[in-house]
Amino acid sequence: MGQTMIEKIMQKHSNEDAEPGKIIWIGIDVRSARDFGGANVVKNMNTYYPGEKVNDRSKTYFTFDCNVPANTIAYANNQHICRKYAKEQDVRVYDVDAGIGSHVMIEEGLLAPGETGVGTDSHLNILGAIGAFGQGMGDQDIAFVFKAGKTWFEVPETVRIDVEGDLPANCTARDLTLKTVGTLGTKTALGKAEEFFGSAIDKLDLSGRITLASMATEMSSIIALLQPNDLVLKECGAARGSPVQGIAPDADAIYSGNVTVDIGGLKPQISRPGKPHDVVDVETVNDVQVDSVFIGSCTNGRYEDIKAAADVVKGKRIKSGVFGSVVPATRRGYIRLMKEGVLETLMDAGFLISNPGCGGCASGQIGMTGEGQVQVSTSNRNFTGKQGAGFTYLASPETAAASALLGRIATKEEVK
Amino acid sequence: MTVYKGRIWLIFEDGQLMDDIDTDMIYHNKYLAITDKSQMGQYTFDNLKGYEDFAKKAQPQDIVVVGANFGSGSSRQQAVDCFDNLGVTCILANSYGAIYKRNAINSGYPILTIKELDISALSTGDVVSIDTDSGTMEKDGLVIGRTMPLSTVQKDILAAGNVFEYAKGL
Repeated sequence: MGQTMIEKIMQKHSNEDAEPGKIIWIGIDVRSARDFGGANVVKNMNTYYPGEKVNDRSKTYFTFDCNVPANTIAYANNQHICRKYAKEQDVRVYDVDAGIGSHVMIEEGLLAPGETGVGTDSHLNILGAIGAFGQGMGDQDIAFVFKAGKTWFEVPETVRIDVEGDLPANCTARDLTLKTVGTLGTKTALGKAEEFFGSAIDKLDLSGRITLASMATEMSSIIALLQPNDLVLKECGAARGSPVQGIAPDADAIYSGNVTVDIGGLKPQISRPGKPHDVVDVETVNDVQVDSVFIGSCTNGRYEDIKAAADVVKGKRIKSGVFGSVVPATRRGYIRLMKEGVLETLMDAGFLISNPGCGGCASGQIGMTGEGQVQVSTSNRNFTGKQGAGFTYLASPETAAASALLGRIATKEEVK
Repeated sequence: MTVYKGRIWLIFEDGQLMDDIDTDMIYHNKYLAITDKSQMGQYTFDNLKGYEDFAKKAQPQDIVVVGANFGSGSSRQQAVDCFDNLGVTCILANSYGAIYKRNAINSGYPILTIKELDISALSTGDVVSIDTDSGTMEKDGLVIGRTMPLSTVQKDILAAGNVFEYAKGL
């Protein structure tokens, strides 16, 4: 019987049959904890495995990205608990300067297509962008994997998503992603894996794939898996320093459902405040006045995303009274943006640039919204209270940049 | 036989069990630096519209009843532990976010999934009992709903206490 991608990956990491609905044990290639959750992982290790070593130090990491550098004593304490534990265990720490852990894992080649990784980041399933299995977990779950090197999983069913049509020139991977999130909502793929097909998907670069995969969580999906194309394999191979293999589903794989997302004639998309899946065309809300704009996050914080925003604002100024901030996802991305003058373009336009990390999503690192404040953000969540007391819309870097310039929600085509 | 008995809270929105209650509504990210479980209960639902005073009113042995995709969002264990700290017996939902489900199962906190439930027969404050083996939910001796069977791994972990204890027996 044919297998879907998730079944293949789980099968490769288990000595049991990876059949949907069955609970099996799978080996985990990368085990990680962030500053968020990390201290509790350490607490669990010390409670349940006092004085013992982690299963494999070379596969275990701490990645600090949530509150970097710590701006509360509690976070500073938590990070330091992790550092001390990492030192005792001789485990590598990607510290407060490194950037978003999931992005670091891809950039550093810690994970390659077909492999498995877990961490305390609920968006770790972003690794589906390279055809790897990533999963966010709580601190007890992660402590268990630190020690056991494996864990139980219920093999999920897979929903097949066919994206039809080509991405129009005025749209981006983020618009495709939001269209998909709006179409599927939070129930269609609840607890299931997603697999994407279509020529528009094949053409997505790694940056676009990360954007799409990052919002599997907002569709309540376990993971959105994409078959790596040659470009992705090359990039992952370069990161690891040795060639990597792709992964593809069998032609006769069995899917629990099929969904078609038509992107022919797509217009730029935006999520209205409160629900990531409450998605409409940007033009239907372009009379909404904007107070602040945030560009970054694991969804749209790559070099390519920030460059796209800079291209929209080049030579222009943010509208007076609007606050704009940019947070590159990683240190490496930041350096490239700096060397190429992209950050200079953004600063000239009036944006504030922060050090790499989860700023904008993790509360407080780069400001929050006040009551009544309207924000356009490139992050992935706009739940009530998540980014402050105001109203957060979710859109592409291009739409966010255009909205900053005009002081209202706008597409880049509206920028003269 | 495991029976959970307690006073129910129907968490409603527009007359229906509320869907998509995310972890920021259950346990807001501003309290994430807390690692002491005994400090967590007091913040439960304080960012959930209409239920901000839940933690003050909840009593030990209460049962929380919610809609679909409960606990979507972040991976925070606190969103499970806060209920345990309040003494809430179990959670009953139409479905759960994937990470939330694992967190509850692995920490040995009982979460049950609704198969069918006659909401019209229930009000907040009613006392119900749920037999997880037969999957029946009763009020005043009358069956008013059914729950899905627990998976083997969930049963085993519940019996052991948590995933750490469970793994010792493997």
